[in-house]
Amino acid sequence: MTDQVGPDGATSATTRRDDGAIVITGICGRLGRRLTRVLHREAKVIGLDRRPFPDRPSDIEHHEIDVRSKRTKDIFRSGNVRALVHLGVMHNPRDSAEDHHSWNVIAFQHLLEYAERYKVPKVILLSSANVYGPRPDNPVFLNEDAPLLGAGPFSEIRDLVGLDMGAQSYLWRYPQTEAVILRPSHILGTVHNAPSNYLRLKVVPTLLGFDPMMQVVHQDDVVWALRAALVPGVRGIFNIAGPPPVSLSRALTMLERSAVAVPHNMARAAVDRLFRWRVTSFPAPELDFIRYVCMVDDSRARSVLGYQPRHDLLQTLRAVDEERWL
Amino acid sequence: MESRNALARLADVAGGAVPFLERLRAVARHASDELKTRLLGRDFEERVEVLKTRYVDLGGDPFGFDVETARNAAVLLAFFHRMYFRTEVFGIEHVPAGRVLLIANHSGQVPIDAAIVGSSLFFDANPPRVVRAMVEKWTATLPFVSAFFNRVGQVVGVPENARRLLEMGEVLLAFPEGIRGVSKPFERRYQLEPFGLGFMRLAIETNTPIVPVAVIGAEEQYVSLGNVSWAARLLDIPVFPLIPQMFVPGAQMPLPTKYRIHFGEPMRFEGGVDDDDSVIGEKVWLVRQTISDMLRRGLSSRRSVFL
Repeated sequence: MTDQVGPDGATSATTRRDDGAIVITGICGRLGRRLTRVLHREAKVIGLDRRPFPDRPSDIEHHEIDVRSKRTKDIFRSGNVRALVHLGVMHNPRDSAEDHHSWNVIAFQHLLEYAERYKVPKVILLSSANVYGPRPDNPVFLNEDAPLLGAGPFSEIRDLVGLDMGAQSYLWRYPQTEAVILRPSHILGTVHNAPSNYLRLKVVPTLLGFDPMMQVVHQDDVVWALRAALVPGVRGIFNIAGPPPVSLSRALTMLERSAVAVPHNMARAAVDRLFRWRVTSFPAPELDFIRYVCMVDDSRARSVLGYQPRHDLLQTLRAVDEERWL
Repeated sequence: MESRNALARLADVAGGAVPFLERLRAVARHASDELKTRLLGRDFEERVEVLKTRYVDLGGDPFGFDVETARNAAVLLAFFHRMYFRTEVFGIEHVPAGRVLLIANHSGQVPIDAAIVGSSLFFDANPPRVVRAMVEKWTATLPFVSAFFNRVGQVVGVPENARRLLEMGEVLLAFPEGIRGVSKPFERRYQLEPFGLGFMRLAIETNTPIVPVAVIGAEEQYVSLGNVSWAARLLDIPVFPLIPQMFVPGAQMPLPTKYRIHFGEPMRFEGGVDDDDSVIGEKVWLVRQTISDMLRRGLSSRRSVFL
């Protein structure tokens, strides 16, 4: 089931194992594990996560620690680290804002500090196209220069915007480090993120009278882009979009889901209530994602990274129903 | 015996009635076909097919244009275009293939003129084109309206969208008079309001030909006596036109004036995108003057508002 992913022209530059290790935070997430499966054959991989990684490939060094702890620093000091891939952005609407802030912002600050002190040549942050925010007056495709307005209505992604901006300022302050920020659109697959969970629902609620265009991207295409970003010389911000955009109603038809349209003001009140009763894990402000458009222009990734989505629309959508043991 | 005869007679009559009903149905079907051809034209399906090739087979439209919805909207528009307003179209061959910016006068209190220009490019141009107009941002927050506009190809009016549409080779319709044009009172009919400059910068930047369009007939569809500014403020809308016919029960439809749409020859402009407003303004003045002349000529050759 695991597709062959990896930038074809990048092999010679990334494959020598003695080049140094790639540190991956949040490695035990589903995306992290998929990335590891691709990378561990060609580079030394060090995993950093609070969670255990039971079925990991044997050549992976995994540290079951909190990124904020002192031992993280030791890893950077002792190891010959050639790249840091930060996937460990926490987004759990149930946790408190303090936990989020401490985990996301402070941990990332520490990581950047170590990267700077121990001269890590490459830092990659997996951000999201959500940082632009769904808005009624968004142009159809946002490019990398568009302002990050996602945090307005959503306190939940304020951290992500903060992280993204932190990485941006790092990009300007330390030109000797190649900092890369990837902003993929809705990642679909076995991953446990809001869009995949939403499309996995048996009966999908939509907003009555709204049918925005949206972009989805297959998890393995994101893994491909992450690997392409590891190639020396690549730096900057890249939007990652998948196959051509599709309207929400068409996506649901393709997935053969039954949809229930709810008036938007009722839906907001209902989801708010259900969220407080812990019946649903979708916070009410996230409803804007099925109301307004938030799509990105990935021409920069296509020209600089050579990125091309390997999965077409149907494959990408169907990926949410794949078996989830990976 | 009597009753059997009566029944038999009844059966005879009924037997005779069946072919009559069949014929009635055939006549009705014929009439509806006739109406359909008159309304939609003989080549309606072929025209829809052209749009399908352009928007479906080539990977879809990123703005969400949906041919099926547009087809249904066209059937409704055809009634207004062909029967209600009996639109007469002049010079549509001036609209070049590829990207083009249609600049038109805006009038009529309710922007029906945009829809009629759109239907004339679908029904009367060869090959049929889809007119993409830029709509107000707040329409994207309205249920049904936002989804409908997306599906019939109307997009939210931000400069990036306009640029992208032109790069895709679309027909973009713009009314540089804006809301001032559409809501002007009856006494100032066919007098152009000042034009905005944005469209000219866009045309120069994307090297797009401008086709001036004069719409005649829309000014008289609703007679506005003026703007009730306190009501507009109260309702938080840009203008509140005072239209007497709105207060007559059953007369809310626009008056069935005859629409005449004149397409002028394409104009091309060169120069710097960031030129001073006065430089751009001169070019805009040229377009405005052309439309104003077209309006004057069109009005002098018109015999009647309704015929």
